This record gives sequence, structure tokens and C-alpha cells, in this order.
Amino acid sequence: MDSRQTIRSFILKNFLFTDDASALADDAALIRGGIVDSTGVLELIEFLEERYAIRVAPEEMIPAHFDSIDAIDAFVARKRQA
Amino acid sequence: MCGIAGFLGHGDGTMPPRMLLERMIGTLRHRGPDGFGYHEGDGIGLAHARLSIIDLATGDQPIHNPDRSVWTVFNGEIFNYVELRDTLVAQGHVFYTQSDTEVIVHLYDRYGDAFVDHLNGQFAIALWDARRRRLVLARDRTGIRPLFHARARGRTWFASEPRALHAVLPECAELDPRGVAQALSYWACVDPDTVYRGVRSLPPGHVLAIEHDGRETLRRYWDWTFPARGSPTPYASAEQAAGALRELLVDAVRLQLRADVPVGAYLSGGLDSSGLVAIIRRFTDAPVRTFSLAFEDAEFDESAQQQAMVRHLGTDHSTLRVSSRDIGTAFPTFVRHAGSPVLRTAGAPLMLLAGMVREQGYKVVLTGEGADEVFGGYDLFKEAKVRRFWARQPESRFRPLLLGRLYGYLARSPVQHAAFAQSFFGQGMQHAASPVFAHVPRWTTSQRALQFLSADWRDAVSGFDPVADYESTLPDAIATWSPIARDQYVEAKTLLAGYLLAAQGDRVAMAASIEGRVPYLDHRLVEFASRLPPQWKIHGLTEKYLLRKALADLLPAEIATRTKQPYRAPDSASFFVDGVPLDYVAEQFSPERLREAGCFDPAAAGRLFDKCRAGRATGFADNQAFVGILSTMLLEAGLRDARRAAA
Repeated sequence: MDSRQTIRSFILKNFLFTDDASALADDAALIRGGIVDSTGVLELIEFLEERYAIRVAPEEMIPAHFDSIDAIDAFVARKRQA
Repeated sequence: MCGIAGFLGHGDGTMPPRMLLERMIGTLRHRGPDGFGYHEGDGIGLAHARLSIIDLATGDQPIHNPDRSVWTVFNGEIFNYVELRDTLVAQGHVFYTQSDTEVIVHLYDRYGDAFVDHLNGQFAIALWDARRRRLVLARDRTGIRPLFHARARGRTWFASEPRALHAVLPECAELDPRGVAQALSYWACVDPDTVYRGVRSLPPGHVLAIEHDGRETLRRYWDWTFPARGSPTPYASAEQAAGALRELLVDAVRLQLRADVPVGAYLSGGLDSSGLVAIIRRFTDAPVRTFSLAFEDAEFDESAQQQAMVRHLGTDHSTLRVSSRDIGTAFPTFVRHAGSPVLRTAGAPLMLLAGMVREQGYKVVLTGEGADEVFGGYDLFKEAKVRRFWARQPESRFRPLLLGRLYGYLARSPVQHAAFAQSFFGQGMQHAASPVFAHVPRWTTSQRALQFLSADWRDAVSGFDPVADYESTLPDAIATWSPIARDQYVEAKTLLAGYLLAAQGDRVAMAASIEGRVPYLDHRLVEFASRLPPQWKIHGLTEKYLLRKALADLLPAEIATRTKQPYRAPDSASFFVDGVPLDYVAEQFSPERLREAGCFDPAAAGRLFDKCRAGRATGFADNQAFVGILSTMLLEAGLRDARRAAA
């Protein structure tokens, strides 16, 4: 499973409580769309840190990095390359 | 405090009236364990379960007027009954008891349905006028005491709790999906709606008259109301207003200490309850006996502040220490008494506390409930103030930083990370002019529970729009009020009346046959506070500014200046021990049971269950959804039993 699918699967199971991949588009707004709330973002970051062995710095905790599957995937890719 | 039940109409005659009354009132024994009383007439039945507090010797109900043409059963207290009685006696009325109940029938004789205007109290009243053959139901101004009614089988039925209706009307012992959707969104149904099919709640501040031919007249006799923005303040200075507030509050406490049994008080460690106890100490001769809750989980515990007040006032004090396990174990009983889905467990510890109070020989306690709504105490009000300030300059980088001043007491604060907080609280800015602007973030969070509804229930609630539906219930004048007044109104009508005074108030106290009294909801205080300018409620970001001023010299500085910490208890963590669910929790979340009930999607609810079991549910939304589903399932199971018993 590639990272995009892994991230999608986590969000589907943990925030939408479904396996139906069609329930979430890659560019769907997670925070602005009310799918992930403020504490949900912390759950998401914990998952990414554990799954991809990365560390998200406080200054990186901004909505732009986490508001869609596309944005999260790109952010994780940058962190893993760094 | 008591339970009432009864009916108007001849019905289908399948069961003798007395048997119906006994069935109904038998379900309310916890509200009045000291004895039952009945009145039966042509097409009328009244029943009463008594908790003896005033006039222990002759106060049994039903009570009648001198010519026995007006009868009443009543749940609650008329605190100004002494003054009312004196006035009525001077006018020539003759009484046969010393009870507060008897003033009701005399006031009705004199003023008709306007009798309620004279009452200072917390009450749910059923009154039968045999001459005009009409039943009058009335409920106190702010919704402290409950009253439900239904029309079925050729009769109008009423009762203090829906379970009494279910005992004789099994067709009403069914969940109504739209009512449940309301409860899961607003934390409670919006009166007159309930979660039960065909059951209505009499809204606070209303009188419902039902004539012998079934015609109904619903009249609002009181409502929370506020002056138009910019109205002149009735006081020259905050000091002068604080003095007037102090006088009113002392008088409210004095009236609410009236009882022929000893009265205790809850002490949470916050400003509101501490202020009440300090007033009892300073201004009355009543002995002060206090009770409080402590939590094993330090995040929720306020023991240090409670002990500071106990030392300061020298009260005779008892503390009940509650663990997560205690909450999980007590939860099914709590839900049975709440009679509604709940989104938090916080009522369960209060039910346990009421049990301790009762064991210690007390029947009555004063509580600090209502002060936050009346004087502007909630974070929600401050949050809305910051968001409105921000909405005026949405591009400002500095205005949203004020959000960081909120929610400091939360282990996982929604403002912990400024950028996310701004993103989260920035939602709903398009509603800035709406009267429900302050409540949109809360309702957005609680609505998470609706995504777990089954396909059938989703169909049944399609078209439910929490914001638009609620806005349609609001008075036109609200547009002219200050923003905080709008927030107070919505809060008073949703969380206060629907949940805090009900599932977390009346029902959990009554579960242990305890009467809670709420001096801050004396209507004179509510009307006084409503006229205050907004800056005397929230001054900058200091909540309850004027109340703090009025109580400052009675309290230690650490209490008088302490930022409000809302009362909370552990939620989903209460239902698992080392990842193992309590037996009843596993049962209610089993796919078989979820399918049987039909309310929720078993797969989705199962995933939430797994998340909570793994300890990964850390936010409000997941926790509230879990508690909402569990409580709905427990209610549904209870209704199955009720239908079987009534069949």
C-alpha cells in the first residue's frame, strides 16, 4: 500500500469510520470540511510520526500541511526526503 | 419535590382509572418515596408521589380549594408561599394546610391561569378545574422541573417523566429518530419535542390549558428577554449594580432555604457554589452542610479548591471520590433516569453524589447551577466574543491569538496549536450575524454522532438542519439584542433547560430522592442580570464580572478570581478496563444488538468502539459520539422492556 493509500485508509477508519474509499477524495478539505477536528489533527500527526518515523516540528503544525490527503502525502514525502 | 401523573378524558375503558394512575405513579416512586395520593373524578385522574419537605404533617397531595372544585398535584417548591399565603389570608382566603401547594388553588381561584405569574419557585403543576372541566398544566420559568404530556387512546396524559407515560402507553415507548438527532446535536431536544414518539415536553415558562372537549391553549407567560443593544444601563456604576445583585442573591438564598427538613449545599470549588455557601454562612442562621465530588483522574479533580472553601467557611463537609470504573458501572442507571441520550458521562457522578447526600439524611441541596447562563460564565461566550472580534477583521494575524486565553484546563486543548485553533474556530464565520453563531462549533462537534446513524434512520432525519431548524424557533426580538444576550438565550434554551437542569439536574438528583434547588435561577435574578450591559457580564475576557464583584468580600481571593473550570468527568475511558469493555458495553455495541435496535450502522459504530477500546479516542467528537450511541442503545433496550411490561 503506498503512502497515499495508507493515509487515506487511516482517515477513513478513524474519522469517517468506513472502508468505503469513495467517501473521501484526495483533495477533500479535512479540517475546513469538518472531517478532522483540532484534536483529530493531533491523532493524525501521531499516526504519521509513528508510521513514517518522522518528527513534526511545532512550526510545521499548520493547516496547510494537513488539510487534504494530497497535502499530507506531499508533506510526508518532503519530511522523508529531508 | 415529587412526581406527578394523570390524565384527562374517559378513554377506552379497558382499564380502571385507579389502576392506570397506580401504574403511572408507581414508575415515579423514586421522585416521591414518602407516599402516594390520588384524586379521581368524572374523566379526570391525578396521582402524586410525595417527597415530604414542607408541611410534613398535612401537606399530602392532591390539595383542593375550599369548595373542592379545584384540585392540584404539584412537583417542586413555591418559595414565596409564606408571603403569598399572608396576602391571600388578608384577602379572605381560608387554608386547611400549612403547605406551599395550597397557595396554588387559591391563586387559581383569584387569578385564573395567571396564577403562575405570582409564583417564585421551581414547579410542574397539574390543576383540575371541575367547574369548567379543564386541566391546566404549568411549568416553571427556566425549566427546573419537568412535565411531559401525550394524547392517545381518547385521553390527554401527563407525567413528570416519560417512563410514567410508557407504563400505560406502549405506543409511546419508541424512539423518534428526529428527536434523537436533536438530542445528539444540541445535547437535548428542543421543547416541545422529545426523543419519544407522541410525547411532548411542556416548554418552560408555559401554561397549557386543555378543555373537556380536547381543545388546547398553550400560553407563554415568561421568557428570557434582554434589552435592545445600546439601551441605557439601569445602574450608575458597576459597584452600585453589584450591591443590588448582592441583595437579590441573599434574598434568593434566604427563600430557597425554606424547608421543614435540613438543607445542604453542593460545593464544586468554583465561584458559583462557593458564593452560595458563603452567603448561607454570612447571612442566615442555617447550619451549613456541604457535599462535593472528587475524581481519581487529576484532569477532572477540583478537590484542592473545594478544601480551600471548606477551610475558609468551616463547613461540615463530605466528599465522594469517584473513579472511571464507578462511572462506567453507574452509567446504565444514569441513562435510565436521564430518559434521553446523553453526550457526556458527567451526570453519573452527580447521581452517585445525590445517593451519598441521601444516605447522610438530607433531602434538599442548593446548587450553583444557572450562574454561568445568567451572568455570562461559559467559555463558549468568551470564545464567541473572540471570534466576533476576529470576524470584523478576518485578515488579522493578532486577533485570533486571543483564542489562546481559552480552554487552559483541558489536557488536550483545542487551542494548543494556534494555527489549528484558528482553522477550527474560524469555521462558521459566515454565521457571524446569526443568533446561533456561538453554538455552531459545539453543534459541529456533537453532530459527529449523526454519521453513525443507520441508513433507515438517516432517511428518517433527512432534512434536519441543526442551524436553520434552531433559528426558526427564536423570537424576532433576538436580532436587536447584544451578541452575548443572544448567546445566553440559546444557551438557556438548549443546554441549560434541556440537559443541565434535566438529565444532569432533576433526574440524577431525583434518582436518589434528592431535591436540588438553584438560587441563581430565581427569576428576579435572571431579570436583573438580563438588563446588565454586556461588559458587566464578560469584562475583557473575565467571565461573570459583576457576580465576582458582588461576592468578592465573601470568598478567598483564589476562588473569587479563579477562571471557570467547567464540571466534566472521564468519558469513553470509563467503559474499558485495560482495553476490555464492561460487559453491557460489549453487548450494546455487538453487531447483533446494533442490528436489532436499528438506530446505528453496526460497522461504523464498531469502528468507533475499537478506537475507544484502543484508547485512541482523545477528542470531544469521538467521545461524545461514543457516549451518545451507548446511551441511545441503553434507552432503546429499556423501551423494549417497557413495551413488554405495558402490553
